[in-house]
Amino acid sequence: MNFEEHAAKPLMALNGITVPPSRLALDPVEAEAAAAAIGPCVVKAQVPAGKRGKAGGIKLAANPAEARRHAEAIIGLVIGGWPVEKVLIEAQTPIARELYAAIVNDSASKGPMLLFSPMGGMDVEEAAAADPAAMRRLPIAIEHGLGAATAHKAISGLGLEAVAPALVDVLLNLYRAYRSLDAELIEINPLVVTPDNRVIALDCKLTIDDSAASRQVQAAALAAPVQQTVLEAKAAEAGLKYIELGGEVGVLANGAGLTMTTMDVIAHYGGQPANFLEIGGEAYTKSKVALSILLENPNVKSLLVNFCGAFARTDVMAEGVINAWEDLKPEIPIFFSIHGTGADAAVALVKSRLGIEPFDLMDDAVKAAVAAAAGRTQA
Amino acid sequence: MIPRKADRILIQGITGKQGSFWSKAMQDYGSTIVAGVNPAKAGSEHLGVPVFASAREAAKSTPFDIACMFIPPMLAKVAAIDACEAGAKLLVCLTEHIPAHDVMEMHVAARATGTRIVGPNTAGLVTVGECFIGIMPAFNDRVFRPGHVGVISRSGSLGTLVSLNLTQSGLGQSVFYGVGGDPMIGTNTADALRILDGDAGTHAIVLCGEIGGTAEEEAADYARSMTKPVVAFLAGRQSPPDKKMGHAGAIVSGGKGDYASKRKALEDAGVTVADLPSQIPALIAARLTATASNDAPRSPR
Repeated sequence: MNFEEHAAKPLMALNGITVPPSRLALDPVEAEAAAAAIGPCVVKAQVPAGKRGKAGGIKLAANPAEARRHAEAIIGLVIGGWPVEKVLIEAQTPIARELYAAIVNDSASKGPMLLFSPMGGMDVEEAAAADPAAMRRLPIAIEHGLGAATAHKAISGLGLEAVAPALVDVLLNLYRAYRSLDAELIEINPLVVTPDNRVIALDCKLTIDDSAASRQVQAAALAAPVQQTVLEAKAAEAGLKYIELGGEVGVLANGAGLTMTTMDVIAHYGGQPANFLEIGGEAYTKSKVALSILLENPNVKSLLVNFCGAFARTDVMAEGVINAWEDLKPEIPIFFSIHGTGADAAVALVKSRLGIEPFDLMDDAVKAAVAAAAGRTQA
Repeated sequence: MIPRKADRILIQGITGKQGSFWSKAMQDYGSTIVAGVNPAKAGSEHLGVPVFASAREAAKSTPFDIACMFIPPMLAKVAAIDACEAGAKLLVCLTEHIPAHDVMEMHVAARATGTRIVGPNTAGLVTVGECFIGIMPAFNDRVFRPGHVGVISRSGSLGTLVSLNLTQSGLGQSVFYGVGGDPMIGTNTADALRILDGDAGTHAIVLCGEIGGTAEEEAADYARSMTKPVVAFLAGRQSPPDKKMGHAGAIVSGGKGDYASKRKALEDAGVTVADLPSQIPALIAARLTATASNDAPRSPR
């Protein structure tokens, strides 16, 4: 789960990292009032996406009237696909240097990694690509945690001696926040040094591990909404991963790998998948609710059911599909390819209750579903 | 490490619904299960083997080589560390959705005890015709038949499809190696490639990858040195890329991870990349024929 700046920064403050005073505003009037309390400020679009500055979502305001005008302009923008519905009114901070600091899950070292760069700001990715040495990467042994020695190493030799103790504190606190929040990513960009040598986090991107949500209940309540369609929300409610796509061939498969593959094969044969919907893992008993969600998408012209049961029992999944099919009586054609665990029973059920013969080869089922979606019958 | 019939297996969570179902399937296939774990049922017997309070308890009287976990995600870390400290040489971790920080701690424990972890979120390992560990339909002879093609897959369902395609084309398998779909797995695709490269019973290898991460790029580095033919299929060509927050992800991956990068890396390393899973058997057969003719003794004249 992702966190917007206004939700992430208080979590950083709780861990001892200094952030500027700020207030959240839901409309220009609130923005004006907040600016009156805070003084010269920055009006910042709140969306769980990057590149807000480049999209015109971050503007300086010298006074409350200007803050109001900026809020009027920013609220309603669409940034990274997200409509801006709120702005953060934050006190302006004088900047001497802009740094970059992050802690991220690193799959290569199978542990946390500290990233630090003296070249923070909007173009940090480009700077790191152009000059890899400018981005320091220090793997952290999770059994020992981040120690002061490693933190010192991250910042040494960069002309940061005057603020070294404060910077080291920030890095240690950042790591503490990372661990205590089950974070996948905490990124402070920029981490600024003020002319009077204070170290302040001007922005914060936070992603917390979805798998840890049940033990991060307090923080999870502050997470940014997930961008999803009505059907996607309904699927999420049912514990299913469903993504709406533009095409016309409905896809019901088990396991993310097979589902992605099914989409690829549909495209190979000239069709377009209408959705990603997988019911593998523990969700394999949910094929009835899965199918009803899928059929609510009016773009679906044919349905491809592709099961390759390993853990997931195809007989259980097929029975759910058949029950739903009999209930909903959809008027689109359905095509089956069923193999693996429970396939004999599943194939027998499909034949006896729907009078449909599943295909022996997945490619044949895909071709038939693509042809049917295009209004053709397979020769 | 490839599981053998002689390897003694401990099942953590043996008494649960899935633990019972799959343990029985493993036993029927030929796997040697010697003990199970469930703290609430210690002292009892299940599926003909003793149940212990922990892997460490089990090890005192019932030595084992391999541990396999049917354990829910929030309890997985403790179970995994228990298995490592009990001396498991191999730990097959089927559990999906283990918090990432817990997975990191599992890997620390495994490094300390020299345990190889397969997974998390693996569908398991099948030594075809001999034994299996995990949740694969090893026992379904339309999917798996003994032969000489090794199959490596992040995904159990895709691995099942590819094995099925091979079997439908008359090509049997030596080993199915499920590496797991998690970002931080103990045995990655390159490791599995190295393991199957060293297996005399494996003559060719199918590598089933997916977009995301850098596992296929790393595997390509190893494949470059191989003489055994490798054919790959990469799932996710049509999938929208994951939207990530912040810059750190892009900085760490350095532009790797998408379909084009993976395909190029593999092809540059001499791996044949199939557009469709159904093309894999013919590509494998062609590569095996080419290898055989290269290896054939030269005619004296």
